Amino acid sequence: MAWKNMWRNNMRTLITMAAIFFAVILSVIASSLKDGIFNNLVKNVVSFYTGYVQVHKQGYWNEQILDNSFESSAGATRKILSDKNVLTVTSRIESFALASSAAITKGALVAGIEPEKENQITLLKNKIVQGSYLKDNEQAVLLSQGLAERLKLKTNDTVLLIGQGYHGATAAGKYLIKGIVKFGSPELNGKSLFMPLAVAQDFYSANGMVTSYILSLKDTRDLQTTRSTMAEALGPAYEVMTWEELMPDIKQHIASDSNNMKYIQGILYLLICFGIFGTLLMMMVERKFEMGMLLAVGMKKTKLVFLLMVESVFTVITGCLLGIAASIPIVYYLNRHPLKMGGETARIYEKFGFEAIFPTSTSAAIFIHQGMVVLLIGLLLSLYPVYKVIRLDPVTAMKR
Amino acid sequence: MNTVIDAHNISKVYNKETIPVYAVNNVHLHIEKGEFTALVGPSGSGKTTLLNLIGGLDKPDEGQVRINGLDITGLSANQLIDFRLKNIGFVFQSFNLIPVLTAKENVEFIMQLQGVERSKREARVKQLFGQIEMTDKLDSRPAQLSGGQQQRVAVARALATKPQFVLADEPTANLDSQSAANLLDIMAKLNKEEQITFLFSTHDQRVIDRAHRVITLVDGKITSDTATVSTTHDNVSEKK
Repeated sequence: MAWKNMWRNNMRTLITMAAIFFAVILSVIASSLKDGIFNNLVKNVVSFYTGYVQVHKQGYWNEQILDNSFESSAGATRKILSDKNVLTVTSRIESFALASSAAITKGALVAGIEPEKENQITLLKNKIVQGSYLKDNEQAVLLSQGLAERLKLKTNDTVLLIGQGYHGATAAGKYLIKGIVKFGSPELNGKSLFMPLAVAQDFYSANGMVTSYILSLKDTRDLQTTRSTMAEALGPAYEVMTWEELMPDIKQHIASDSNNMKYIQGILYLLICFGIFGTLLMMMVERKFEMGMLLAVGMKKTKLVFLLMVESVFTVITGCLLGIAASIPIVYYLNRHPLKMGGETARIYEKFGFEAIFPTSTSAAIFIHQGMVVLLIGLLLSLYPVYKVIRLDPVTAMKR
Repeated sequence: MNTVIDAHNISKVYNKETIPVYAVNNVHLHIEKGEFTALVGPSGSGKTTLLNLIGGLDKPDEGQVRINGLDITGLSANQLIDFRLKNIGFVFQSFNLIPVLTAKENVEFIMQLQGVERSKREARVKQLFGQIEMTDKLDSRPAQLSGGQQQRVAVARALATKPQFVLADEPTANLDSQSAANLLDIMAKLNKEEQITFLFSTHDQRVIDRAHRVITLVDGKITSDTATVSTTHDNVSEKK
């Protein structure tokens, strides 16, 4: 009977299903766009420099000096790589030095890197705008574009570095500029200088020492789990930090934007509520006499409530499932062919090194979560007919 | 005599807090088994309210309604639903049937509510559709039936559970003469052959003419109660 009732007014049932169907599609797309944009932002920012997770000697992050470096060990690297979620690990030694050309001296962040592994994580090779990339043990450096401009240097010139090495040793050296790299971040673009790890260790008189391990992950959603298991495996001598701790301002920005999106989603859910409620209201008005008649002839209210619940739940679930099914190809298409920004906005994004695209996230959790939210809204609204039936008086209902 | 309906001093008052309006005012009414009674009176005289009180759809503010000796005014809403299902058949003015069910399913439905097993339901449906002369319309939806045919199915539904009596609220109001006559023939036949008690509220002279007893209600009070023929079929006599 519930099935027949659903189709007594095809248009009404189809309108209800369509309201739920489009609601699920819209909320899934909105949510997957939100997650996709944030994931892309994190990917962009993380691939600038920090990586998803960093390992330091305990206390390094609060006092970033060479004396807080640690000896790179195969054992520690093995422990890191034993975590199934770790994709790549690379070592760095970082400190500050003065970089000079013929007549100009500027402060520079001098980073010793493992060229190939570094490229796997931060795609440094892609950022070269002039010259070529480094090779292991090569006595050469890459200069960030801003620093090169300030020092008035170009590829094949020589840069002189002077600074303080490990345990107060003097660090000095003269290096060939093999390439110029361009960063979206003005801060990194204005002061970075890269050289092979062994060359940097030699420069800082810190043979075998590194200041950090930089990690890339297979599944970035497992960030906290990876951090915890790694901290446990490496012990208290090391500090393990996620990108969220390394760049709290980015995390805060995402949290703030995410809250704004919640308001938009709230409005969307409200529209969904009105859509579903409107049809339920219509149904109750249309069937009021009939319900009164059913109670009059002896149908128990519990049975009538059950009948209406079956109709509503079936309609809502069908709408939800169809909505999820239809949203899957849309979301996957928008993931493979992301929405692209154009014009000035795109240029600003690209200037800061971000891809000017809005990809969607294809996480199954989004489909399930949004489907469940709309289902819950539908089911909660289905309580309206239940409420009306409980209060229904057959005499009043059958008055015309 | 076997009293089926015994309404004792019943009143129904609306607007108690402001200006009280007595829809039914201190009514005494006894209906015996097998009666074919018409409740008549002008609009607003309280016919439908009285029918609702007798049918357990509404509760009187004063007095008692006893059906086969059971005081139904003390029953809870749920008990009343159950009581109605087992004891009373209803025929309303219109929109009696569930539009998504066929004529057969509409009649079967009421027996399903009672938990009657399928074979018995089917046998009863067959018997009832024979009595209302609609065996060829078993699988028709209400929308495919004429108003008269729909009312005949409503009568079949009202009788499906073999109730103590049938309450019919203006059953012929929306019917043409021929359909009304057919419906009345069927109800009169069922009354005569199966001793089914019918109580109608009506304005319709065609119903009044066929009734064995006519009770007139004005402003919620019974102003006349006339037996036109013997109220049971033990001794059918001419009009008084």
